[in-house]
Amino acid sequence: MQWHWDVIPRNFKYFMLGQYPDGPMGGLLLTMVMSVLVILMCFVLGIVFGLMRYSKNKYWRFPAIGYIEFIRGTPVLMVIFWCYFMLPKLIPVLQGRTRFEWTSALVALVAFYGAQMAEVVRAGLESIGRGQTEAALSSGLTYVQVIRYIIMPQGLKNMIPAIVGTFISVIKDTSLVYIIGVAEFTRTVFQVNNRVLNAPMELFLFAAVVYFVPCYMLSKLSIRLEKRLAAGVKVEI
Amino acid sequence: MIKFINVNKWFGNLHVLQDINCHIAPGEVVVICGPSGSGKSTLIRCINRLERVQEGEIIVDGMSLMDRKTDITQLRAEVGFVFQQFNLYPHMTALENVTLAPIKVRKMKKEEAEAIAMKFLAKVGIAEKAASYPSQLSGGQQQRVAIARGLAMKPKIMLFDEPTSALDPEMINEVLDVMKTLV
Repeated sequence: MQWHWDVIPRNFKYFMLGQYPDGPMGGLLLTMVMSVLVILMCFVLGIVFGLMRYSKNKYWRFPAIGYIEFIRGTPVLMVIFWCYFMLPKLIPVLQGRTRFEWTSALVALVAFYGAQMAEVVRAGLESIGRGQTEAALSSGLTYVQVIRYIIMPQGLKNMIPAIVGTFISVIKDTSLVYIIGVAEFTRTVFQVNNRVLNAPMELFLFAAVVYFVPCYMLSKLSIRLEKRLAAGVKVEI
Repeated sequence: MIKFINVNKWFGNLHVLQDINCHIAPGEVVVICGPSGSGKSTLIRCINRLERVQEGEIIVDGMSLMDRKTDITQLRAEVGFVFQQFNLYPHMTALENVTLAPIKVRKMKKEEAEAIAMKFLAKVGIAEKAASYPSQLSGGQQQRVAIARGLAMKPKIMLFDEPTSALDPEMINEVLDVMKTLV
């Protein structure tokens, strides 16, 4: 079998940067920028909706449940398509073509992973036993203070593996937005493949390695973070 | 100080508190004994509204627990509670466990709160463990930290819910000795 590895170094700049600096950002740079933005926004959204979901007050809880369950029952690809087709109808101001793909991709991924993060946050909050909440309330702390000083700090520590898992999923799922035309890394690989046609194996292996590296690094970082946080509170079983 | 007037409470179909009427005056020490499941814990937990009652009236320190306008956090600041399961905050040292409420509820400065906390930790006999985490303490020591935590708010009422039942026989005495000095 003939291998054509040369297609990778020949298009390397395109894979990494897209048309930048002669055109809009693309390639791996765009993938990373998108991942970071989505991660930051879905983390915030996840904490907000996670706290709402955890609340005893049904006026907070029900909207959160509605949002989370709706998104959880939908494939991420569908969410991306819906945002792409529905957002211009809902927000008439965004009619410009190119910037619109980027916006709907961001909105879709943030909405999808925000719901996932909210469930992670809720599970983390619930993993803290009720006894501590009762003790804190009994000394006169308000419910908000209890969440802030007792439950959240401990809950966040428990949530780290699941949070990092979600971040890794975000990085991988940025690849899906290529179908609405965002010029991120997966799209550049497909474009080169469609042009060259004789090196699909090489190109897709390369793509897999490129996604693997940041995901694996995040994984290792998570393990180190967990070890460092566990050092403060040793539990003998 | 504490008044129960015709209090009735149900857990589903179980009528756990039946026509409770009592009046506890300031300075009194009251011990509630009874068989398992007779409602002792439930009764105390009603006093700081960890449990709600369906019928009747409870008045603590002049404030009615049934009244919507009662600021329950103010009331709870005056009622110290020591739990059967200690319920210390595992991510904080013993000192931080005791100073959390005085700083956040009474709005004390950190140095002032720490001075008071050390005083009460010394009173329960574990001043030297102030920088330890709960996981590094024995059951008896943890319960004593919990008692110091309850006392640090200088409450008008102290409630103890089976404070020694989760302890080994050897440790029960150290906790009981501390409680006797408080009376």
